[in-house]
Amino acid sequence: MVSNLVSNPVSKNDDGHGALRVVPRRHVARDVVSVVCVLLLAAVVWSAATNERFGWPVVAHYFLSPLVLVGLWNTILVTVLSMLLAFVLGVVVELMNESGAPVLKFISGIYLWVFRGTPLLVQVIILFNISALYPKIGFGIPFTNIGTGPIDVNSVITPFAVGVLALGINEGAYMAEVIRGGILAVPAGQIDAAKSIGMKPMQVFFKIVFPQAIRSIIPATGNQVISMMKASSLVSVIAFPDLLYSVQAIYARNFQTIPLLIVASIWYLIVTTVLMAVQRVVERHYTRKGAER
Amino acid sequence: MSGTTGDIVLSARDVTKDFGHTQVLKGVSLDVHAGEVMCIIGPSGSGKSTFLRCINHLEDIDGGSLTVFGDLVGYKRKGDRLYEESERETAVKRERIGMVFQQFNLFPHLTVLENVMIGPVEVKGTPKAQARETALTLLERVGLRDRADAYPVQLSGGQQQRVAIARTLAMQPDLILFDEPTSALDPEMVSEVLSVIRDLADDGMTMVIVTHEMGFAREVADTVVFMADGNIVESGTPDEVMGHPREERTKQFIQEIR
Repeated sequence: MVSNLVSNPVSKNDDGHGALRVVPRRHVARDVVSVVCVLLLAAVVWSAATNERFGWPVVAHYFLSPLVLVGLWNTILVTVLSMLLAFVLGVVVELMNESGAPVLKFISGIYLWVFRGTPLLVQVIILFNISALYPKIGFGIPFTNIGTGPIDVNSVITPFAVGVLALGINEGAYMAEVIRGGILAVPAGQIDAAKSIGMKPMQVFFKIVFPQAIRSIIPATGNQVISMMKASSLVSVIAFPDLLYSVQAIYARNFQTIPLLIVASIWYLIVTTVLMAVQRVVERHYTRKGAER
Repeated sequence: MSGTTGDIVLSARDVTKDFGHTQVLKGVSLDVHAGEVMCIIGPSGSGKSTFLRCINHLEDIDGGSLTVFGDLVGYKRKGDRLYEESERETAVKRERIGMVFQQFNLFPHLTVLENVMIGPVEVKGTPKAQARETALTLLERVGLRDRADAYPVQLSGGQQQRVAIARTLAMQPDLILFDEPTSALDPEMVSEVLSVIRDLADDGMTMVIVTHEMGFAREVADTVVFMADGNIVESGTPDEVMGHPREERTKQFIQEIR
């Protein structure tokens, strides 16, 4: 009877379907592979700890040595300065690109093409040898006597200047893309709405477009900073005393090559880990705002 | 009081507009008078939204002329030619022309209150305290005063559109353009937005409304314009155009939409 079915639910065990327990599936292969990996990892750690050629006492001895710390400071300094230069260049290039003037767009295209199409290491070395092309430079207004006299390029183009310039100019080509992406992510309807309430172009950009673009620009810039920090080790080839060059200078004297490279690696890891943590906080800040808004 | 007798607010003469090789406006001429509510209806692709965007120069025109309060918008006339003016000059003229969009286009990084305040504060230089008072009054009027501190994403579509109307009203426009204001809304939210627009009509606001809401157009419009293929096919009172259409194209459209 129908009324019976409704008022009396099927009792539990009378058809063998009630009260069954669900047993999670076992992943045997996965467990076996995991155990093997743990054993391999243990073997690596054991070997690193017991193989005296790793030179852990040497690592400890040089880890906080003044030369290494100065190198670390120089690495951070060159990273920060070249990122600032890159950001400014990126904005300028993006403005040229969006200006609507074909010549400016062409020039920015050439810049992107050249600096993204050649290796950073080659750019660093070329800029370091720029005095072979232009031994003397001077600034002034053409056909007048106003300006500086000729300057010896070799005295201006220090390894530090080359490092910042080469890294910054190269990175600018990538930052332009990051900034472009951020601005393109703002829907066209936002600009329509801003214009429709009578905003002038500068107001449209600074009050409406930029505050929305920056939300995707900042997290993406974090990735670029981390890449830049690692790429800055390239300037060691032009004798700029960054972290890598400093440890190279030490092991050139005492031949403790591996321990000193471990010192450098640990420092690089520490800095990138800190940067990633900062980036995660920043990213969470902006995605939370995005979800809220 | 029908609004077809007041001063001319908007005047379009032979407006043409091309997108590449397709002509989307083929010579549109019409007048809108102070206090008039004009509804533009027609099949999609007929050029009605494009025409609306030409009025405040979000789109440029390729021929003819468009004046609002006797001023060309986006252009300056020298002899028999129109020269495009700078965005800064156009911006000043846009202050008097409000616009409400299909996709609302509220500013997502600003609260509801800030969305309504930003026009007066940034464009007119109204003191913040005063702009805030006005904004709260307007939010009250659209029934959203209690959501002043929310962000747009926290609101329903209908609520967002009502905020967008408040944002437009904050600039105290003399003409408001509505670009399919209910087309992006869930059905149950259409009426709350239409009722706000109806109130504006009762207050004598001059409005040009592109819409697919036939019942609403019939009820609120002083003039209905039927556009198809970049032309005005027929215009007149709602009863003339929607009740007793003369043109075959209009009859066909009215039939289909029923």
